[in-house]
Amino acid sequence: MIEVTNIHKSFDDKHVLKGISTVFESGKTNLIIGTSGSGKTVFIKCMIGLFDIDQGDITYDGRSLNKMDKKAKKQLRTDIGMLFQGSALFDSMTVQENVMFPLDMFTHQNYKEKINRVNEVLERVNLVGANDKFPSEISGGMMKRVGIARAIVLKPKYLFCDEPNSGLDPKTSLTIDALISEITEEYKITTIINTHDMNSVMGMGQKIVFLRDGYKNWEGNSQEIITSGNNELQDFIFASEFLKQLKKGAGI
Amino acid sequence: MYWRELMRQMYEIGVGSLTIVAVISIFIGAVTAVQFAYQLQDSFVPQYYIGFIVRSSMLIELAPTFSCLVLAGKVGSNIASELGSMRITEQIDALQIMGVNTTSYLVAPKILASIIVIPLLIIISAALGMLGGLLASLANGVTFTVFMKGMMSWFDPFNVVMMLVKATVFAFLLTSVACYHGFFVEGGSLGVGKASTRAVVQGSILILVADYVIAQLMT
Repeated sequence: MIEVTNIHKSFDDKHVLKGISTVFESGKTNLIIGTSGSGKTVFIKCMIGLFDIDQGDITYDGRSLNKMDKKAKKQLRTDIGMLFQGSALFDSMTVQENVMFPLDMFTHQNYKEKINRVNEVLERVNLVGANDKFPSEISGGMMKRVGIARAIVLKPKYLFCDEPNSGLDPKTSLTIDALISEITEEYKITTIINTHDMNSVMGMGQKIVFLRDGYKNWEGNSQEIITSGNNELQDFIFASEFLKQLKKGAGI
Repeated sequence: MYWRELMRQMYEIGVGSLTIVAVISIFIGAVTAVQFAYQLQDSFVPQYYIGFIVRSSMLIELAPTFSCLVLAGKVGSNIASELGSMRITEQIDALQIMGVNTTSYLVAPKILASIIVIPLLIIISAALGMLGGLLASLANGVTFTVFMKGMMSWFDPFNVVMMLVKATVFAFLLTSVACYHGFFVEGGSLGVGKASTRAVVQGSILILVADYVIAQLMT
Protein backbone atom coordinates (compact mmCIF):
# COMPACT_ATOMS: atom_id res chain seq x y z
CA MET A 1 0.00 0.00 0.00
CA ILE A 2 1.19 3.50 -0.81
CA GLU A 3 -0.15 6.39 1.21
CA VAL A 4 0.27 9.95 0.02
CA THR A 5 -0.37 12.74 2.53
CA ASN A 6 -0.74 16.40 1.59
CA ILE A 7 2.11 16.56 -0.93
CA HIS A 8 3.16 19.79 -2.58
CA LYS A 9 5.62 20.26 -5.42
CA SER A 10 6.72 23.45 -7.17
CA PHE A 11 9.14 24.21 -9.99
CA ASP A 12 10.40 27.79 -9.54
CA ASP A 13 7.17 29.83 -9.33
CA LYS A 14 4.93 27.09 -10.73
CA HIS A 15 3.01 25.23 -8.03
CA VAL A 16 2.31 21.87 -9.73
CA LEU A 17 0.99 19.64 -6.92
CA LYS A 18 -1.22 21.33 -4.36
CA GLY A 19 -1.81 19.19 -1.29
CA ILE A 20 -2.70 15.78 -2.74
CA SER A 21 -3.65 13.01 -0.30
CA THR A 22 -4.79 9.51 -1.21
CA VAL A 23 -4.16 5.80 -0.63
CA PHE A 24 -3.23 3.22 -3.28
CA GLU A 25 -4.01 -0.31 -2.14
CA SER A 26 -2.09 -3.54 -2.87
CA GLY A 27 -3.37 -5.97 -5.47
CA LYS A 28 -5.39 -3.24 -7.17
CA THR A 29 -4.95 -1.23 -10.34
CA ASN A 30 -4.97 2.39 -9.23
CA LEU A 31 -5.41 5.00 -11.95
CA ILE A 32 -4.41 8.65 -11.95
CA ILE A 33 -6.34 10.58 -14.57
CA GLY A 34 -6.51 14.20 -15.62
CA THR A 35 -5.94 16.52 -18.53
CA SER A 36 -2.45 17.22 -19.88
CA GLY A 37 -0.64 19.56 -17.50
CA SER A 38 -2.75 18.56 -14.50
CA GLY A 39 0.31 17.20 -12.68
CA LYS A 40 -0.06 13.44 -13.27
CA THR A 41 3.51 12.77 -14.38
CA VAL A 42 4.99 15.01 -11.66
CA PHE A 43 2.82 13.17 -9.10
CA ILE A 44 4.09 9.78 -10.23
CA LYS A 45 7.72 11.02 -10.36
CA CYS A 46 7.38 12.38 -6.80
CA MET A 47 6.06 9.02 -5.63
CA ILE A 48 8.98 7.10 -7.07
CA GLY A 49 11.47 9.62 -5.70
CA LEU A 50 12.65 11.10 -9.00
CA PHE A 51 11.49 14.51 -7.73
CA ASP A 52 11.81 15.56 -4.08
CA ILE A 53 8.54 16.83 -2.64
CA ASP A 54 8.40 20.28 -1.00
CA GLN A 55 5.90 19.30 1.69
CA GLY A 56 3.90 16.26 2.83
CA ASP A 57 4.77 12.58 3.06
CA ILE A 58 4.70 9.39 0.99
CA THR A 59 4.76 6.03 2.75
CA TYR A 60 5.39 2.61 1.23
CA ASP A 61 3.74 0.00 3.48
CA GLY A 62 4.30 2.29 6.46
CA ARG A 63 7.87 3.29 5.52
CA SER A 64 8.13 7.05 5.01
CA LEU A 65 10.08 8.06 1.89
CA ASN A 66 11.13 11.31 3.64
CA LYS A 67 12.73 9.45 6.54
CA MET A 68 14.55 6.82 4.49
CA ASP A 69 18.34 6.98 4.33
CA LYS A 70 20.21 6.31 1.06
CA LYS A 71 20.48 2.58 1.72
CA ALA A 72 16.76 2.21 2.47
CA LYS A 73 15.87 4.21 -0.65
CA LYS A 74 18.12 1.97 -2.75
CA GLN A 75 16.42 -1.08 -1.27
CA LEU A 76 13.00 0.42 -1.95
CA ARG A 77 13.93 1.06 -5.58
CA THR A 78 14.50 -2.64 -6.12
CA ASP A 79 10.87 -3.11 -4.99
CA ILE A 80 9.65 -0.65 -7.63
CA GLY A 81 9.03 -1.47 -11.27
CA MET A 82 8.33 1.30 -13.72
CA LEU A 83 6.91 1.27 -17.23
CA PHE A 84 7.67 4.54 -19.01
CA GLN A 85 5.57 6.32 -21.60
CA GLY A 86 8.17 5.68 -24.31
CA SER A 87 9.23 2.34 -22.74
CA ALA A 88 12.74 3.74 -22.00
CA LEU A 89 14.46 0.59 -23.23
CA PHE A 90 18.23 0.83 -23.51
CA ASP A 91 18.96 1.24 -27.23
CA SER A 92 22.35 -0.43 -27.13
CA MET A 93 20.99 -3.62 -25.54
CA THR A 94 18.91 -6.47 -26.92
CA VAL A 95 15.51 -7.39 -25.46
CA GLN A 96 17.19 -10.08 -23.36
CA GLU A 97 19.90 -7.71 -22.08
CA ASN A 98 17.29 -5.06 -21.27
CA VAL A 99 15.24 -7.49 -19.20
CA MET A 100 18.32 -9.01 -17.59
CA PHE A 101 19.76 -5.62 -16.65
CA PRO A 102 18.08 -5.33 -13.20
CA LEU A 103 19.16 -8.92 -12.43
CA ASP A 104 22.76 -8.06 -13.39
CA MET A 105 22.67 -5.00 -11.17
CA PHE A 106 20.91 -6.23 -8.07
CA THR A 107 21.23 -10.00 -7.79
CA HIS A 108 24.06 -12.47 -7.44
CA GLN A 109 22.36 -15.08 -9.61
CA ASN A 110 24.47 -17.03 -12.07
CA TYR A 111 23.89 -16.67 -15.81
CA LYS A 112 21.67 -19.76 -16.03
CA GLU A 113 19.38 -18.53 -13.26
CA LYS A 114 19.18 -15.10 -14.84
CA ILE A 115 18.41 -16.42 -18.32
CA ASN A 116 15.70 -18.69 -16.86
CA ARG A 117 14.08 -15.73 -15.12
CA VAL A 118 14.33 -13.58 -18.28
CA ASN A 119 12.67 -16.30 -20.38
CA GLU A 120 10.00 -16.74 -17.72
CA VAL A 121 8.98 -13.06 -17.78
CA LEU A 122 9.27 -12.83 -21.57
CA GLU A 123 6.91 -15.77 -21.80
CA ARG A 124 4.59 -14.03 -19.32
CA VAL A 125 4.36 -10.99 -21.61
CA ASN A 126 4.03 -13.16 -24.75
CA LEU A 127 7.42 -12.33 -26.20
CA VAL A 128 8.96 -15.76 -26.59
CA GLY A 129 11.76 -15.73 -29.14
CA ALA A 130 12.34 -11.98 -29.14
CA ASN A 131 15.45 -12.24 -26.94
CA ASP A 132 18.00 -11.17 -29.53
CA LYS A 133 16.09 -8.30 -31.10
CA PHE A 134 17.08 -4.69 -30.47
CA PRO A 135 14.46 -2.08 -29.42
CA SER A 136 14.70 -0.47 -32.87
CA GLU A 137 13.62 -3.78 -34.45
CA ILE A 138 10.35 -4.26 -32.55
CA SER A 139 6.93 -2.56 -32.61
CA GLY A 140 5.61 -0.05 -30.05
CA GLY A 141 3.38 -2.69 -28.46
CA MET A 142 6.29 -5.12 -28.16
CA MET A 143 8.44 -2.38 -26.64
CA LYS A 144 5.77 -1.81 -23.97
CA ARG A 145 5.73 -5.53 -23.24
CA VAL A 146 9.53 -5.61 -22.92
CA GLY A 147 9.18 -2.60 -20.60
CA ILE A 148 6.68 -4.55 -18.49
CA ALA A 149 8.95 -7.61 -18.49
CA ARG A 150 11.89 -5.47 -17.29
CA ALA A 151 9.68 -3.84 -14.65
CA ILE A 152 8.55 -7.16 -13.15
CA VAL A 153 11.74 -9.20 -13.50
CA LEU A 154 12.80 -8.45 -9.90
CA LYS A 155 9.28 -9.31 -8.63
CA PRO A 156 8.49 -5.77 -7.46
CA LYS A 157 5.93 -4.85 -4.80
CA TYR A 158 4.97 -1.65 -6.60
CA LEU A 159 4.44 -1.11 -10.32
CA PHE A 160 4.18 2.37 -11.82
CA CYS A 161 3.04 2.88 -15.40
CA ASP A 162 3.24 6.26 -17.10
CA GLU A 163 0.67 6.35 -19.91
CA PRO A 164 1.15 2.70 -20.94
CA ASN A 165 -1.19 3.08 -23.92
CA SER A 166 0.33 6.17 -25.39
CA GLY A 167 1.04 5.71 -29.11
CA LEU A 168 -0.69 2.32 -29.31
CA ASP A 169 -3.71 1.29 -31.36
CA PRO A 170 -6.93 0.49 -29.37
CA LYS A 171 -6.55 -3.29 -29.72
CA THR A 172 -2.93 -3.33 -28.52
CA SER A 173 -3.91 -0.93 -25.72
CA LEU A 174 -6.48 -3.43 -24.47
CA THR A 175 -3.87 -6.21 -24.56
CA ILE A 176 -1.44 -4.10 -22.52
CA ASP A 177 -4.20 -3.15 -20.04
CA ALA A 178 -5.20 -6.81 -19.63
CA LEU A 179 -1.56 -7.79 -19.11
CA ILE A 180 -1.04 -5.13 -16.42
CA SER A 181 -4.27 -6.16 -14.64
CA GLU A 182 -3.32 -9.85 -14.72
CA ILE A 183 0.18 -9.16 -13.42
CA THR A 184 -1.19 -6.93 -10.64
CA GLU A 185 -3.46 -9.72 -9.38
CA GLU A 186 -0.95 -12.50 -9.96
CA TYR A 187 1.94 -10.81 -8.11
CA LYS A 188 -0.33 -8.97 -5.60
CA ILE A 189 1.43 -5.71 -6.31
CA THR A 190 0.36 -2.11 -5.89
CA THR A 191 -0.05 -0.83 -9.43
CA ILE A 192 -0.39 2.86 -10.19
CA ILE A 193 -1.18 3.89 -13.74
CA ASN A 194 -1.10 7.38 -15.11
CA THR A 195 -3.47 7.56 -18.08
CA HIS A 196 -6.06 9.52 -20.01
CA ASP A 197 -7.24 6.55 -22.02
CA MET A 198 -10.95 6.14 -21.24
CA ASN A 199 -10.92 2.44 -22.20
CA SER A 200 -8.34 1.87 -19.46
CA VAL A 201 -10.33 3.97 -17.01
CA MET A 202 -13.51 1.99 -17.54
CA GLY A 203 -11.83 -1.38 -17.93
CA MET A 204 -9.35 -1.48 -15.07
CA GLY A 205 -10.08 1.43 -12.71
CA GLN A 206 -10.40 -0.27 -9.34
CA LYS A 207 -9.40 3.05 -7.84
CA ILE A 208 -9.32 6.29 -9.79
CA VAL A 209 -7.85 9.62 -8.71
CA PHE A 210 -8.81 12.60 -10.86
CA LEU A 211 -6.32 15.49 -10.83
CA ARG A 212 -7.16 18.98 -11.99
CA ASP A 213 -4.74 21.93 -11.87
CA GLY A 214 -2.58 20.13 -9.31
CA TYR A 215 -5.45 19.35 -6.92
CA LYS A 216 -7.15 16.03 -6.29
CA ASN A 217 -10.59 16.82 -7.65
CA TRP A 218 -12.28 13.43 -7.23
CA GLU A 219 -11.59 9.80 -6.33
CA GLY A 220 -13.63 6.65 -6.72
CA ASN A 221 -13.84 3.63 -9.02
CA SER A 222 -14.98 2.91 -12.59
CA GLN A 223 -18.57 2.21 -11.49
CA GLU A 224 -18.86 5.50 -9.62
CA ILE A 225 -17.19 7.63 -12.26
CA ILE A 226 -20.12 7.72 -14.70
CA THR A 227 -22.71 8.70 -12.13
CA SER A 228 -20.59 11.13 -10.16
CA GLY A 229 -22.02 14.60 -10.00
CA ASN A 230 -18.60 16.20 -10.45
CA ASN A 231 -18.91 18.54 -13.44
CA GLU A 232 -15.17 18.83 -14.15
CA LEU A 233 -14.83 15.05 -14.12
CA GLN A 234 -17.84 14.66 -16.41
CA ASP A 235 -16.37 17.24 -18.81
CA PHE A 236 -13.12 15.30 -18.84
CA ILE A 237 -14.69 11.88 -19.40
CA PHE A 238 -17.25 12.93 -21.98
CA ALA A 239 -14.97 15.30 -23.84
CA SER A 240 -15.64 13.74 -27.26
CA GLU A 241 -18.88 14.30 -29.18
CA PHE A 242 -19.24 10.52 -29.62
CA LEU A 243 -19.21 9.88 -25.87
CA LYS A 244 -21.56 12.81 -25.26
CA GLN A 245 -24.08 11.21 -27.64
CA LEU A 246 -23.66 7.83 -25.92
CA LYS A 247 -24.26 9.46 -22.55
CA LYS A 248 -27.35 11.18 -23.87
CA GLY A 249 -28.64 7.92 -25.33
CA ALA A 250 -28.05 6.07 -22.07
CA GLY A 251 -29.90 8.76 -20.18
CA ILE A 252 -27.11 9.34 -17.65
CA MET B 1 33.23 0.45 -11.38
CA TYR B 2 31.21 -1.09 -14.19
CA TRP B 3 33.92 -3.04 -16.03
CA ARG B 4 31.76 -4.24 -18.90
CA GLU B 5 30.65 -0.70 -19.65
CA LEU B 6 34.28 0.47 -19.37
CA MET B 7 35.36 -2.16 -21.91
CA ARG B 8 32.52 -1.20 -24.27
CA GLN B 9 33.50 2.47 -24.08
CA MET B 10 37.20 1.67 -24.59
CA TYR B 11 36.31 -0.28 -27.70
CA GLU B 12 33.97 2.40 -29.05
CA ILE B 13 36.32 5.31 -28.39
CA GLY B 14 39.52 3.49 -29.30
CA VAL B 15 38.69 1.19 -32.17
CA GLY B 16 35.91 3.47 -33.36
CA SER B 17 38.27 6.42 -33.74
CA LEU B 18 41.29 4.55 -35.10
CA THR B 19 40.53 5.08 -38.79
CA ILE B 20 39.94 8.83 -38.60
CA VAL B 21 42.99 9.34 -36.38
CA ALA B 22 45.14 7.24 -38.74
CA VAL B 23 43.99 9.11 -41.85
CA ILE B 24 44.46 12.61 -40.44
CA SER B 25 47.81 11.71 -38.86
CA ILE B 26 49.30 10.40 -42.11
CA PHE B 27 48.23 13.53 -43.95
CA ILE B 28 49.36 15.93 -41.21
CA GLY B 29 52.80 14.30 -41.22
CA ALA B 30 52.92 14.41 -45.02
CA VAL B 31 51.87 18.06 -45.21
CA THR B 32 54.38 19.03 -42.52
CA ALA B 33 57.17 17.34 -44.50
CA VAL B 34 56.15 18.92 -47.82
CA GLN B 35 55.78 22.41 -46.37
CA PHE B 36 59.02 22.27 -44.44
CA ALA B 37 60.80 21.02 -47.55
CA TYR B 38 59.33 24.01 -49.41
CA GLN B 39 60.75 26.36 -46.73
CA LEU B 40 64.16 24.77 -47.15
CA GLN B 41 64.33 25.48 -50.87
CA ASP B 42 67.31 27.71 -51.77
CA SER B 43 68.57 27.59 -48.18
CA PHE B 44 71.65 26.12 -46.60
CA VAL B 45 69.66 24.07 -44.07
CA PRO B 46 70.36 20.37 -44.70
CA GLN B 47 67.48 18.15 -45.91
CA TYR B 48 67.65 15.79 -42.94
CA TYR B 49 66.07 18.58 -40.88
CA ILE B 50 62.77 17.54 -42.49
CA GLY B 51 62.79 14.29 -40.51
CA PHE B 52 63.70 16.14 -37.33
CA ILE B 53 60.92 18.72 -37.76
CA VAL B 54 58.29 16.10 -38.65
CA ARG B 55 59.16 14.02 -35.57
CA SER B 56 59.29 16.96 -33.16
CA SER B 57 56.11 18.59 -34.49
CA MET B 58 54.17 15.35 -34.34
CA LEU B 59 55.29 14.55 -30.79
CA ILE B 60 55.01 17.97 -29.21
CA GLU B 61 52.01 19.44 -30.92
CA LEU B 62 50.38 17.93 -33.97
CA ALA B 63 49.58 14.40 -32.77
CA PRO B 64 48.04 15.32 -29.41
CA THR B 65 46.40 18.63 -30.30
CA PHE B 66 45.21 17.98 -33.82
CA SER B 67 43.99 14.47 -33.06
CA CYS B 68 42.20 15.56 -29.88
CA LEU B 69 40.49 18.41 -31.72
CA VAL B 70 39.19 15.86 -34.20
CA LEU B 71 38.23 13.53 -31.33
CA ALA B 72 36.40 16.41 -29.61
CA GLY B 73 34.23 16.46 -32.72
CA LYS B 74 33.80 12.73 -33.12
CA VAL B 75 33.85 11.34 -29.57
CA GLY B 76 32.56 14.51 -27.88
CA SER B 77 29.48 14.86 -30.07
CA ASN B 78 28.86 11.12 -29.88
CA ILE B 79 28.92 11.10 -26.07
CA ALA B 80 26.79 14.24 -25.74
CA SER B 81 24.16 12.96 -28.15
CA GLU B 82 24.14 9.45 -26.63
CA LEU B 83 23.61 10.76 -23.10
CA GLY B 84 21.22 13.45 -24.34
CA SER B 85 19.08 10.89 -26.15
CA MET B 86 19.09 8.69 -23.06
CA ARG B 87 17.91 11.66 -21.00
CA ILE B 88 15.04 12.69 -23.29
CA THR B 89 13.84 9.11 -23.82
CA GLU B 90 13.80 8.61 -20.01
CA GLN B 91 16.49 5.90 -20.09
CA ILE B 92 18.46 7.80 -17.42
CA ASP B 93 15.28 8.10 -15.31
CA ALA B 94 14.80 4.34 -15.71
CA LEU B 95 18.32 3.72 -14.38
CA GLN B 96 17.74 6.07 -11.45
CA ILE B 97 14.47 4.38 -10.52
CA MET B 98 16.21 1.01 -10.57
CA GLY B 99 18.66 2.47 -8.04
CA VAL B 100 21.63 2.55 -10.40
CA ASN B 101 24.13 5.35 -9.72
CA THR B 102 23.87 6.98 -13.15
CA THR B 103 27.07 8.98 -12.80
CA SER B 104 29.09 5.88 -11.99
CA TYR B 105 27.40 3.82 -14.68
CA LEU B 106 27.21 6.31 -17.54
CA VAL B 107 29.80 9.05 -16.98
CA ALA B 108 32.74 7.47 -15.13
CA PRO B 109 33.37 4.65 -17.67
CA LYS B 110 33.38 7.15 -20.54
CA ILE B 111 35.91 9.48 -18.88
CA LEU B 112 38.11 6.63 -17.68
CA ALA B 113 37.97 4.86 -21.05
CA SER B 114 39.04 8.00 -22.89
CA ILE B 115 41.89 8.66 -20.45
CA ILE B 116 43.16 5.13 -21.09
CA VAL B 117 42.54 4.87 -24.81
CA ILE B 118 43.16 8.36 -26.20
CA PRO B 119 46.87 8.48 -25.18
CA LEU B 120 47.29 5.16 -27.01
CA LEU B 121 45.59 6.66 -30.06
CA ILE B 122 47.94 9.64 -29.85
CA ILE B 123 50.99 7.34 -29.81
CA ILE B 124 49.64 5.67 -32.96
CA SER B 125 48.90 9.11 -34.41
CA ALA B 126 52.49 10.29 -33.83
CA ALA B 127 53.92 7.12 -35.41
CA LEU B 128 51.66 7.36 -38.45
CA GLY B 129 52.36 11.08 -38.79
CA MET B 130 56.07 10.30 -39.03
CA LEU B 131 55.31 7.58 -41.56
CA GLY B 132 53.28 10.10 -43.59
CA GLY B 133 56.18 12.55 -43.43
CA LEU B 134 58.57 9.84 -44.63
CA LEU B 135 56.34 8.84 -47.56
CA ALA B 136 55.86 12.47 -48.64
CA SER B 137 59.59 13.09 -48.38
CA LEU B 138 60.40 10.01 -50.48
CA ALA B 139 57.89 11.21 -53.08
CA ASN B 140 59.68 14.57 -53.18
CA GLY B 141 63.15 13.17 -53.71
CA VAL B 142 64.47 13.00 -50.14
CA THR B 143 66.16 9.67 -49.52
CA PHE B 144 65.18 7.27 -46.76
CA THR B 145 68.63 7.58 -45.15
CA VAL B 146 68.52 11.36 -45.07
CA PHE B 147 65.00 11.48 -43.61
CA MET B 148 65.86 8.86 -40.97
CA LYS B 149 69.01 10.73 -40.02
CA GLY B 150 66.83 13.71 -39.06
CA MET B 151 64.33 11.47 -37.32
CA MET B 152 67.09 10.02 -35.14
CA SER B 153 68.80 13.33 -34.34
CA TRP B 154 68.45 15.31 -31.09
CA PHE B 155 65.76 13.07 -29.67
CA ASP B 156 64.53 14.23 -26.26
CA PRO B 157 62.37 11.65 -24.42
CA PHE B 158 60.73 14.52 -22.51
CA ASN B 159 58.82 15.34 -25.71
CA VAL B 160 57.09 11.97 -25.46
CA VAL B 161 56.20 12.71 -21.84
CA MET B 162 54.75 16.08 -22.88
CA MET B 163 52.76 14.41 -25.65
CA LEU B 164 51.27 11.91 -23.20
CA VAL B 165 50.49 14.60 -20.63
CA LYS B 166 48.68 16.61 -23.30
CA ALA B 167 46.80 13.53 -24.53
CA THR B 168 45.62 12.64 -21.03
CA VAL B 169 44.51 16.17 -20.16
CA PHE B 170 42.77 16.67 -23.51
CA ALA B 171 41.03 13.29 -23.19
CA PHE B 172 39.67 14.24 -19.79
CA LEU B 173 38.52 17.65 -21.01
CA LEU B 174 36.77 16.52 -24.18
CA THR B 175 34.88 13.67 -22.48
CA SER B 176 33.91 15.45 -19.28
CA VAL B 177 32.56 18.48 -21.18
CA ALA B 178 30.59 16.17 -23.50
CA CYS B 179 29.24 14.12 -20.57
CA TYR B 180 28.16 17.28 -18.76
CA HIS B 181 26.26 18.69 -21.74
CA GLY B 182 24.69 15.35 -22.63
CA PHE B 183 23.70 14.41 -19.08
CA PHE B 184 21.96 17.71 -18.33
CA VAL B 185 20.29 18.17 -21.70
CA GLU B 186 16.92 19.91 -21.80
CA GLY B 187 14.38 20.52 -24.54
CA GLY B 188 13.92 17.37 -26.61
CA SER B 189 15.77 16.50 -29.80
CA LEU B 190 16.58 20.16 -30.45
CA GLY B 191 18.27 20.23 -27.05
CA VAL B 192 20.30 17.13 -27.93
CA GLY B 193 21.59 18.85 -31.07
CA LYS B 194 22.50 21.98 -29.13
CA ALA B 195 24.21 19.95 -26.40
CA SER B 196 26.23 18.12 -29.03
CA THR B 197 27.34 21.38 -30.65
CA ARG B 198 28.20 22.95 -27.29
CA ALA B 199 30.22 19.86 -26.35
CA VAL B 200 32.32 20.13 -29.51
CA VAL B 201 32.82 23.91 -29.36
CA GLN B 202 33.62 24.11 -25.65
CA GLY B 203 35.70 20.94 -25.75
CA SER B 204 37.81 22.33 -28.62
CA ILE B 205 38.33 25.70 -26.92
CA LEU B 206 39.32 24.03 -23.65
CA ILE B 207 41.80 21.81 -25.50
CA LEU B 208 43.47 24.86 -27.07
CA VAL B 209 43.59 26.72 -23.74
CA ALA B 210 45.00 23.65 -21.98
CA ASP B 211 47.53 23.25 -24.81
CA TYR B 212 48.84 26.74 -24.13
CA VAL B 213 48.94 26.19 -20.35
CA ILE B 214 50.78 22.86 -20.67
CA ALA B 215 53.23 24.37 -23.15
CA GLN B 216 53.94 27.22 -20.72
CA LEU B 217 54.36 24.90 -17.76
CA MET B 218 56.42 22.17 -19.43
CA THR B 219 58.78 24.08 -21.69
